Amino acid sequence: MTTAVKAQLAVAAAMFAAAPWVINAAPHEATMGLVYKIYFFHMPAAWMFMVAAIVSGVASARFLFAKRLASDATAVAAAELAVVFGLLALVTGPLWARKAWGVWWVWDARLTSSLMLFLIFVAYLLLRQFGGPGADKLSAGLALFGMANVPFIYVSVNYWRTLHPKTSVVPTLPVEMGVPLWFCVTAFLLLFLALLKMRATLERQRARVDALYLSYDEA
Amino acid sequence: MTAFLRVAALVVRKDLTVEVRSLEVVSTTLFFAVTVVLIFAFGFVREGAPMDGVAAAILWITVAFSGTLALGRTFERERQADTLRALMLAPADRPALYAGKLAGMLLLMALVEAVLVPLVGLLFQAPIFVAPFRLAALLGAGTLGFAAIGTLFAAMLVRARSRDVLLPVLLYPMTVPVMIAGVRGTAALFQPEPDLGMAQFWIALLVFFDVVFVTLALWTFEPLMTD
Amino acid sequence: MSDFTQLAVVQVGRHYGRRRALHDLSFTARGGDIVGLLGPNGAGKSTLLAILGTLLAPSTGRVEYGSHTSGDQGAALRAQIGMLGHDLFLYPELTARENLIFFGRLYGLAEAPAAADAALARAGLAGRGDDLVSSFSRGMRQRVALERALLHRPRLLLLDEPFTGLDQASSARLVERLREEQARGVITILATHDLDVVDGVLTDVVFLQGGRRVAVPPGTGGLRERYLAAMQDGPRV
Repeated sequence: MTTAVKAQLAVAAAMFAAAPWVINAAPHEATMGLVYKIYFFHMPAAWMFMVAAIVSGVASARFLFAKRLASDATAVAAAELAVVFGLLALVTGPLWARKAWGVWWVWDARLTSSLMLFLIFVAYLLLRQFGGPGADKLSAGLALFGMANVPFIYVSVNYWRTLHPKTSVVPTLPVEMGVPLWFCVTAFLLLFLALLKMRATLERQRARVDALYLSYDEA
Repeated sequence: MTAFLRVAALVVRKDLTVEVRSLEVVSTTLFFAVTVVLIFAFGFVREGAPMDGVAAAILWITVAFSGTLALGRTFERERQADTLRALMLAPADRPALYAGKLAGMLLLMALVEAVLVPLVGLLFQAPIFVAPFRLAALLGAGTLGFAAIGTLFAAMLVRARSRDVLLPVLLYPMTVPVMIAGVRGTAALFQPEPDLGMAQFWIALLVFFDVVFVTLALWTFEPLMTD
Repeated sequence: MSDFTQLAVVQVGRHYGRRRALHDLSFTARGGDIVGLLGPNGAGKSTLLAILGTLLAPSTGRVEYGSHTSGDQGAALRAQIGMLGHDLFLYPELTARENLIFFGRLYGLAEAPAAADAALARAGLAGRGDDLVSSFSRGMRQRVALERALLHRPRLLLLDEPFTGLDQASSARLVERLREEQARGVITILATHDLDVVDGVLTDVVFLQGGRRVAVPPGTGGLRERYLAAMQDGPRV
């Protein structure tokens, strides 16, 4: 791990350690009381999921068209993080929903679109694992298509829903709640960047080990 | 441009010739589609009457399932004597090969839907003749979107391991907008008072989807198929 | 792209993850050469042929077709290459004539039906042109497949185990056909196990073992003796 990554992890860890107090300092929300505070983890997780998905899509495009091998490492790292943060968001989302609306799942546009995008990245990992040789290129194609699909998924799910009663996911936030939210977003972002760097480096090192095996073969 | 169309037409004609000889893919896909509709019927018909609004969903789910089957079978054929390699060896424009395969797939799906739509109309009392042109436009645009992505994925998986299960795993999440648009648009047409505006909205979305994804597929076909 | 008369393989390597299929391979071939790729199963012969046919890109090194490398040529280069794979590349549900016409048109031949008829005649199958390929024996399919590969008069001919499953007469016919193309100045690269058949036909030999080229041991002796000696203890090239 480089010093930069160590520093990022250290700050993120510190921020996560401090988070309970920061979140506690935020005022109670009128209708929901304490429980809404899961939102402070759900939102950043969802945002990191989106960011990871975009990073993976862009890196896949560079790998496929510009033939940059290093981009493949970034694409895989980002895809794995998309699955991790996506899972976090999809678990905290229903926990919130249960308290806010009394049901574990609602077919609202954002949640459903996130689920579909999450499935695309799970499919990416399955393809890489089980697709045999050459699967790195194929999964890059999948990530690229997934990226292109995001607006369509959102719009179609959104309009699919309009026949159902509307519930809003994002309440408007008074400014006292803004502070813990951005605190958590920063902590998540630092964690995401550190993990992305580490995972991508791991992937590149794995490729280097393969190259070493190959050159050892020559001795 | 003409070279592109010439190669695509060549591939379609070849696929048609091969298929006409045995009719294997057509007959098995048609039979499968009919069976799937019947299975849904057993699930959704209660006390002799179909549940409300299921016709549209059943139609599109059946299209998705039979399409996936047909895609698998068509590309399995190209694996047999490694003829897909022979196609890639030719000096022909690679995207043209893709376009030819896509056109062949569309013809097959059109045939399947020509049987499915009346069947669904019959079994679930769906008013398929109320707005036939819009229904045809929905089916056409939706099938094109599904087939465009499906043809690309099936081609790129030809040499992959676990290709049979990976095709649906990759294809279904990617074609969710097609399913949503198709089902909601068709449901809008099958309502007691058909909502033509709604259907038109979904048709427009599908057309836009088709433009984006056919273009993307044409761009990525060559890099994905070459090592 | 103009025609080329020389093929140069320059330090070509190819790996899949940790598995190295080819390592630092170099050789040259000119028009009229029939180069044999000999080696045990898994030596990398098929991989090398795929690279020469532009189906695979080398991981290291390059292939030069005349003065051009494969990277920049695309379709024009593919028009100069004819390949006969191990799986023959023929549609079993089509007739021999339909196969030839399809591929002829795909390669942009102006008079594909006429070329197909001529090809069938050269293959000695003029009477069987309208029979489905699935009804042919291995030898007959081989003949049609070879003519398919030669239909567009390629400059480079790549053959992967073409003698597999052929009887004496068919093998002799194949050798004769290869000599015809050789006289035309075609560069032929052929991978095979049938040492006795190709002994005397090959103008040059590349022995492959474990993805590397093995030196041809000096001295005379039939191809089989030299092959066995090379596989045993030939020094690496």
